[in-house]
Amino acid sequence: MTTLTTARMTGLFGFNQEAWIKLGLMLLALALMLIGLVFPLYTLLLKSVQNSAGEFIGLANYRHYFSTPSLVNSIANSFFIAIMTMCLVVVLAFFCAYGITRTCMPGKKVFKVLTLLPILAPSLLPAISLVYIFGNQGYLKGLLGGESVYGPIGIVIGMCFWIFPHALMILVTALSNSDARLYEAARSLKTPAWRTFLTVTLPGIRYGLMSCAFVVFTLAITDFGVPKIIGGQYNLLATDIYKQVVGQQNFQMGAVVSMILLLPAVLTFIADRWVQRKQTSQLSARAVPYQPSPSPVRDWVFAVLCFSVAGIILLMIGTAVYASLIQFWPYNLTYTLRHYQFDGLGGSGWESWFNSLKMASGVAVIGTLVIFTVAWMVEKTKEFSLLRQWVHLFAILPMAVPGMVLGLAYIFFFNHPNNPLNILYGTLAILILNTLVHFYTVCHLTSMTALKQLDPEFEAVGASLKVPFWRTYLRVTLPTSLPAVLDISVYLFVNAMTTVSAVIFLYGPDTRLASVAVLHLDEAGYFASAAAMSVLILLTSIVVKILHAMCTHLILKRSQIWRQR
Amino acid sequence: MSFSTFKKTTLALATALCLSSVASATELTVYTAVESDDLQKYAERFNQAHPDISIRWVRDSTGVMTARLLAEKDNPRADVIWGLAATSLLLLDEEDLLEPYAPKGVEQLDPKFVDANTPPAWVGMDAWVAAICYNTIEGEKHGVPMPTSWEDLTKPEYKGHVVMPNPSSSGTGYLDVSSWIQLWGEEKAWEFMDGLHENISRYTHSGSAPCNLAGSGEAIVGVSFAFRAARLKSQGAPVEVVFPSEGLGWDMEAAAIVKGTKNMEAAKTLMDWAVSRDANELYNEGYAVVAMPGVAQPIENYPADIVDRLIDNDFAFSAVNRDRILQEWQRRYDAKSDAK
Repeated sequence: MTTLTTARMTGLFGFNQEAWIKLGLMLLALALMLIGLVFPLYTLLLKSVQNSAGEFIGLANYRHYFSTPSLVNSIANSFFIAIMTMCLVVVLAFFCAYGITRTCMPGKKVFKVLTLLPILAPSLLPAISLVYIFGNQGYLKGLLGGESVYGPIGIVIGMCFWIFPHALMILVTALSNSDARLYEAARSLKTPAWRTFLTVTLPGIRYGLMSCAFVVFTLAITDFGVPKIIGGQYNLLATDIYKQVVGQQNFQMGAVVSMILLLPAVLTFIADRWVQRKQTSQLSARAVPYQPSPSPVRDWVFAVLCFSVAGIILLMIGTAVYASLIQFWPYNLTYTLRHYQFDGLGGSGWESWFNSLKMASGVAVIGTLVIFTVAWMVEKTKEFSLLRQWVHLFAILPMAVPGMVLGLAYIFFFNHPNNPLNILYGTLAILILNTLVHFYTVCHLTSMTALKQLDPEFEAVGASLKVPFWRTYLRVTLPTSLPAVLDISVYLFVNAMTTVSAVIFLYGPDTRLASVAVLHLDEAGYFASAAAMSVLILLTSIVVKILHAMCTHLILKRSQIWRQR
Repeated sequence: MSFSTFKKTTLALATALCLSSVASATELTVYTAVESDDLQKYAERFNQAHPDISIRWVRDSTGVMTARLLAEKDNPRADVIWGLAATSLLLLDEEDLLEPYAPKGVEQLDPKFVDANTPPAWVGMDAWVAAICYNTIEGEKHGVPMPTSWEDLTKPEYKGHVVMPNPSSSGTGYLDVSSWIQLWGEEKAWEFMDGLHENISRYTHSGSAPCNLAGSGEAIVGVSFAFRAARLKSQGAPVEVVFPSEGLGWDMEAAAIVKGTKNMEAAKTLMDWAVSRDANELYNEGYAVVAMPGVAQPIENYPADIVDRLIDNDFAFSAVNRDRILQEWQRRYDAKSDAK
C-alpha cells in the first residue's frame, strides 16, 4: 500500500520535498498506531481463537461464550448502563457547555474549574465517596429510597461523575467556535430563539454532539473501575474480563470478551465517518466569533443549573477529603492526618506519587505534540487519503479498548522474547506509551473538532504563498488552536495521574504509580489512606492545572486576540 | 568552560558511584502478593542475613500477580516468587514456569507445606485461613447474632447481611467453595450454598473486600480470611474474627524460583532463607500457622487450636475440578443474581 501511494505521489507531484516529509510523518504516525495499538491487540485476538495450550481452535471459545447465559446477560447489562449514562451525561454536559459558551451566567470561570475536578481524581474516588454517601452507613442513603447503591444505580452515578468532564470538554470546544454572523442574520430575520437554536446552534455542533455521545457511550461500556468497587454482582462485560483474567487466569475467554467489547468501537467508527461526511467547516476565514450578550433570566437559569451540577461534584469530592481525615469511619470520627503517611504501603507512598508525576509529565508533553500533529495531518493534508483514513481509524479505536485489555495485550506483545522492543517492558517508557495510546481518542477528537472549525483556506493561502506546510502549521494552525492544544495536555496529564486498569499489568519494581497504590490501599482495607492518596492525586492535578493556567494565560492573551471583537 | 568540565566530572563520578553500588548488590526482582505494609519488613529481615542482595518488589493481589506471571510466560521477568498462593504456584508449575530447588533445611518443614516432587517446585511459608468477619456494633443494632458455624449463615436472620467473594473473581471465594465441597461432599455443599445464596446481599470481586466491608459497617457478616480480619481488628475496626466450627478452608503462601532467572545464586540464597527458622518466625508475626513445626507462637485474634481446625485440604482436587465447580456455581447463582 505504501509503495503504491509513494509511486502515485511521485507521479503527481514529482520529487516534491513537502510531500515526502508529509508521507514520512504519516508513516511515523502509522507506525506508532501499529506498535502501540494494533499489534498488541492482534496478539490478543489470536488468544481468543486458541486454547490454553496455544493451538488454533477456531471459534470454539466464542461458541462456549454464547452458550453460557450468565456471560451473555452481561452484554445487555453493559448496553443498559452505557445508554443510561450516555443520556444523562450528554444532556447535562450540553446544558453546562451552553451555559459556559452561550450565556453571560455569573461565575463561569469558577464553574469551569469545578467541572474539571472529576477527571482530576482517580476513579476510585467516586466509588469511595458513594459508599460514604449512599452506603449502608451513608449519610444520605435515605435519598435512594431503600434501593442499594451497590448495583446499577451506583454504577451509573459513579460513571456520570467521572465521564461528565470528558463530555463537557468536547461540547465546549464545539460550542465555542461558532460564527456570530449567523446569529446576527437570524436576529435581523426576526427568527425566534428556539428556531435559531434548532437551525443554527444544533446543526453547528452536530459533529461535536455526536462525538460526545460516542465518547460517553464507549467510556461507559468499557469502564471497569467503578463497577468493580460499587457494582456488586451486577455483571458487565468489563468486569467479566476481570473475572476471566484475574479470577480464573483464563486469557482465552478474557480475549473473547474483549473482542466482543471492541464491537461498539467499530460501530462508533462507522457512525463517526458517516457524520463527518456531512460536516462542513463552519468557521471560515471570515468568521466572527460569537459573543453572548447578557439576558438576566436565561443567565440565572443556567447559573442555577450549572451550579447544582457543580454542587454534586463538590459533595462527592468533599466526602473523599472528609474520609481521608477521619480516624476510622464510621465508628471513630475524630480528625487525623495520619492517613497521609500511607502506612499501608510500607513507606513507599510518596515514592509512587513521584513516579506518577514523572509518568504524567511525559505523557502530557509527548502526547500533546504527537496527537495534535497527527490530527492535523489527518484533517488538513490532501494527499494519502487511504493512509489518513487508517490513521484516523486507529486513533478512534483506543477508547473502545478497556484499559485492562490494553495492558494485557501489551504484556503479550512487548514481553515476547523475539520482540526487540521488549527492553521497554517494565520501564517508565512503556507506561507512557500505554497511557498515551489509552487516552488517545478524546484528544484526537478534540483536535479534530478544533481543526475542522478552521477554514481549509488557511492551508490553501499558505500553499499559494509558497510557505512550507509546517510553517503554516506552526504559525497559524497551532496558535489558533491553542485553547484546544492546552486542554489536551492537561487532559493527558490528569488522566495519566489517575489511570489504573491498563498500567496494573505493566508497572515494574521501580515504577509503581500512585493510582495503583490507591487500589492496593483500598484492597487492604485502608479506605482512609486510599481516600488520602486520591486526594493527593487530586491536589497534584489541581496545582498543575493552576500552574498551567498561569503560564498559558499570557500566551493565550497574545495569540487569541483575533477571537475578541 | 570550567563549569562544563566540572559538570562532566560530577556526572562521571555519579555514574561511577551508581555502577559500583549496582555491582556490589545483586538485585532480585521478587513477585509477591504479601500485604504492602509487610514488604519492607520482609526485605529488612532478609537483608539482616544477606545485605548483599537487594529485593525489588512487584506486589499486587493474588489474581493479578498470577495472571501477570502466566502472561509473561514466554519471557519471565521475575527471579523469585515469595508469598503467592500455593494453588497459583501449582498452576505455574503446570506451565513449567518454576525451577525446582530444594532449599537448605527444607527437610525441617512440615511435609504438608512442601511440594511433593523432588526437588520441590515450591515450598510453603504459612497457612492462609478462611474466616468470617462479624461487625459487633451493626450486629447488635440489627439484632443479628454472631455466627459460630458455616451452617449458621443459612439461617433466616442473616438474610441480606452476608457478603462473600465471587469465586469466579477471587481466589478466596473459590477457596471457600472448594473447602465446603471437601468438608461435606458435593451434594450437601451445593445445598448449603443454595441456602447461603438466599442470605447473600452481594458477591464482591475481591477476597478481602467482605471483611473490609464488615469493618466499615457496610455489611454485618463478611466471608473472608483470617489475616485480613485480624489486621482490621487491630486497626480498630469493631469486628470479631469467627472461625466456623465445621472446619476451615486454607491455602498456603509459598515461594519458588522462576525458571530462567539470571540470578540463580541469589535466588537460591533467598529460597534458603525463606525456609529458615528466622523466616518462619517472621511469618508467624502475621500468621498463626507456619511451615516449620514448633515455631508458631499463638498470636492475637487467633484460637490456640487453629492447626487442628484446618480441613484436610486436597489442593490437587481443587485445581483439577476448578473449571467444573465454577461453571456449576455460575449456573446456579450468577445468572440468578442478574435477574434481580
